[in-house]
Amino acid sequence: MSDTFAAKVWVLGDDIDTDIIIPTEYLALKTVEDMKPYAFSPLRPELAGQIQPGDIIVAGKNFGCGSSREQAPEIIKALGVRCVVAKSFARIFFRNAINNGLLLIENPDLHDAVAEGDIVEVTVNEGILHNGTTYPIASLPQNLVEIIEAGGLVKAMRKRNGLE
Amino acid sequence: MGMTIAEKIIAGAAGVTEAHAGEIHYVELDRLMSNDGTTHLTIDMYNTKVKNPRIKDVDKLVWIVDHNIPADSPKTAASHKKMRDFAKEHGIKFHEGEGVCHQVMMEKYVRPGELIFGADSHTCAYGALGAFGTGVGCTDYLYAMVTGTSWLMVPETLRFNLTGKLPEGVYARDLILTIIGKIGANGANYKAMEFGGEGLATLTMSDRIAICNLCVEAGAKTALMPVDSVAMEYLKEHDREPKAVYDSDEDAEYAEVYDIDLSEIQPIVAKPHFVDNVVPAVTCKGVKIDEAFLGSCNNGRIEDLRVGAALIKGRKVSPTVRFLVVPASRDVYVQAMKEGLLDIFMEAGAIVMNPNCSVCWGSCQGVIGENEVLISTGTRNFKGRAGHSNSFVYLASAATVTASAIMGEIATADMLQEV
Amino acid sequence: MGATIIEKIVRRNTGIENAKAGDIVTVNVDRVMIHDIFIPFVKEKFEEMGFTKLWDPDKVVLIYDHLVPASQVDDTRHFRIGNEFVEKYGMKNIHRSDGICHQLMTEAGYVKPGNIVFGTDSHTTTYGCVGAFSSGVGYTEMASILGTGTMWIKVPETIKVTIDGKLPSDVMSKDIILKLIGDLGADGATYKALEFSGSTVENMTVASRMAMANMAIEAGAKCALFTPDEKTAEYCEMELTDAERSLVGDEDAVYCQEIHYRAEDFVRVLACPSQVDNIQPVSSWTGTEIDQVFIGSCTNGRLEDLERAAAVLKGKKVAPFVKLIVTPASRKIYREADANGTLQILAEAGAIITHPGCGLCCGRTGGILTDGERVVATNNRNFLGRMGTSKVEIFLASPETAARCAIEGKIN
Repeated sequence: MSDTFAAKVWVLGDDIDTDIIIPTEYLALKTVEDMKPYAFSPLRPELAGQIQPGDIIVAGKNFGCGSSREQAPEIIKALGVRCVVAKSFARIFFRNAINNGLLLIENPDLHDAVAEGDIVEVTVNEGILHNGTTYPIASLPQNLVEIIEAGGLVKAMRKRNGLE
Repeated sequence: MGMTIAEKIIAGAAGVTEAHAGEIHYVELDRLMSNDGTTHLTIDMYNTKVKNPRIKDVDKLVWIVDHNIPADSPKTAASHKKMRDFAKEHGIKFHEGEGVCHQVMMEKYVRPGELIFGADSHTCAYGALGAFGTGVGCTDYLYAMVTGTSWLMVPETLRFNLTGKLPEGVYARDLILTIIGKIGANGANYKAMEFGGEGLATLTMSDRIAICNLCVEAGAKTALMPVDSVAMEYLKEHDREPKAVYDSDEDAEYAEVYDIDLSEIQPIVAKPHFVDNVVPAVTCKGVKIDEAFLGSCNNGRIEDLRVGAALIKGRKVSPTVRFLVVPASRDVYVQAMKEGLLDIFMEAGAIVMNPNCSVCWGSCQGVIGENEVLISTGTRNFKGRAGHSNSFVYLASAATVTASAIMGEIATADMLQEV
Repeated sequence: MGATIIEKIVRRNTGIENAKAGDIVTVNVDRVMIHDIFIPFVKEKFEEMGFTKLWDPDKVVLIYDHLVPASQVDDTRHFRIGNEFVEKYGMKNIHRSDGICHQLMTEAGYVKPGNIVFGTDSHTTTYGCVGAFSSGVGYTEMASILGTGTMWIKVPETIKVTIDGKLPSDVMSKDIILKLIGDLGADGATYKALEFSGSTVENMTVASRMAMANMAIEAGAKCALFTPDEKTAEYCEMELTDAERSLVGDEDAVYCQEIHYRAEDFVRVLACPSQVDNIQPVSSWTGTEIDQVFIGSCTNGRLEDLERAAAVLKGKKVAPFVKLIVTPASRKIYREADANGTLQILAEAGAIITHPGCGLCCGRTGGILTDGERVVATNNRNFLGRMGTSKVEIFLASPETAARCAIEGKIN
């Protein structure tokens, strides 16, 4: 899982909750594509339209806190966000993201250094380069790597059931 | 020349001794009701279209939040807030969450002989108490609000002479649907529908409200009934006096007179998508339903809940059917609670909602989805009225609706006894 | 070496004798709950994964609560798909309009002490009130449990919270959990278990414990645990086994943090806009005007909550131009509150009483608000935009505080 990419940064604060990522009002729309335009709408209604595929989000602590709605990581992925870097993640969101193959990176310092629009270079499982400083990132536990390598939990289960 | 009840009320309101069909009169209005369906639009017009706006007589205004309560979207909440803030600022009588507007009006305000504008088509319900109630749009409402007056063309009257008595298991709802089926959805356009005859005495106030309320579905401008001992008793119970008590003269002129024998009425269903598309309920037997609705200004009174509760007691709602039971007002809700009716419905698996317009309004709680079928005691079965544009609404009595909720398909109460 | 409650539950479930915090283990799931919003997604993932039958249909509970009654035309699609799911895979445990999922899971006896339970809702932590390890998962994970009956977890570290003494008469368990969330912060218990003990907790009803376990997620916790006792046994209508009774944190268990409170020190508090950990005493907001009060939700829609509100509101009226919306948490609670006169007191005071369900708490219907409005609510979240626009101010409070505010039309 070693991979390097450069990406434009969108900066969000602490405690970005699941109701901000996708408000309940839109949660029963039929598909994630239908819901996508409403991502982050309580906080920044224009953001969903601004994010370009390949961009990344850098946030403060407790990203994804709140409900178990899996649409939250799915929508972020559907917007084309390559990964989310945060000081910490809420646990249900963390599992949901892994199960959907959305890369999450924990780092305590980058958020305080970075500004919106900055370009950073991410090397998975190693570090993030920003303005000449490298912010180290920890590697994931083996069982999570296996799920991600299988292409998410659905694919892992399909394999188990002899379909892949 | 003799006058009908409608002519007498308009003559009174215009300050003239006689009024006759076809004349136009300027009238003093007694009461102006508006609800959250349109009041926010009226307020916008008041603020932007009227020079130096003021309310002529604030005591005449009654504003009621009933269509979308509790609010189901920020948009609805904003229109409620606009209404609430305006009512607070101007001292307008304001009822929020206390029930469907027409039921609240009957319980708290309507007096015989009054001329009432309501910004809602079913305002004709007030005829049950001998008041001339008629639905108006925002512009008419605004003019009346600012001047306390309006103009009105005196309607021709269709007279319905009732004889006999409704058979057991047949309700006022079946009667009025039968009448609408007979005269058609525009059969009373611009006209008043006046009910009288010895058969009227057999009908309760609840029956009468249901009858008058639905007259707009035949296009009527208003519906009227004479004020008899049943009406006076209702007024007394609600601590009110009549403004004036009118009955039509022997030699009043009618556009048409119909004789209706109540004993010949049978359970009726109005099929999608028109209120006059009526057939005997038995002919719809077996139509699968997704939802049943017992409520609305037409059939959400204590008498209707008693009918439903008696049928469902000891039985269950069909597992996949959503049976919405929505008392028409807080008074009805509390009374139903005291009589143990709410518990009967709750034990049977019904969804007991707070008093509001619910699925009868179709953009409130209880809406139906694509291809779904609803059987309803509501007022209308127009295409899309209850939710998805491709869905189906059958109108029927409280008894037929409850029986259908139990069976999971359209059924009449007597079919229930067979199982 | 001693064990925490969560370690004991995991050991009993997996047979791994020394399982401890930090270990990654695969557990056997005792029960799962899926609610209406996520049913279509779970079904889709389950079938996409290639499963053709449920690991155990009796262990699956489907509950319609977020969308009851339907307020948008596509909502009923979720019911239709749910009904198809039930039919196709032979589920028997389905509730179509009986109340909020978390209330029903314990009330209807689906969860027992020592069980491991997952639900497609973050407030699944609630079942810790009867000593079960329960936690929220997403729909993909749920689909995989439906097929396998198992799930991997990392055994969480535990924060031990001890509360001793007698609470002031106006304070409820809601005030305790809000204070704790304020002290820990919204991420203070992330990935961890909360374990509650002390005389205050022992004297508490299961309903009061439920309010606390329910909100553990608001501090990020994976689960919250109370030791099963006689009250639990009575609530669950069962006799406790020795194993169940032994679900208590050992003296020498390892805790990552220990917190002690004196019950007498608690005061009525509010979670102020728009973070659940922004906790301040009610007294610092006294007199602030409000537009609406909401009493309900899986946090505080139980009989004791409604009774507490009725005691405050009896013979009084809700302030003019203020709405009080009451949404009992379940059909059973509604009927009990109807039977003992509680609902009548509330209705006569001017409350709008809705059918049991998630109502306003999930922000789809039940009293949505608009710009510039302020609501005092007994539920569990005050996130930006949770109950309408992002310019709505949500204050979370106990039912006692909520009822007091309704009378005054102000925070009180």
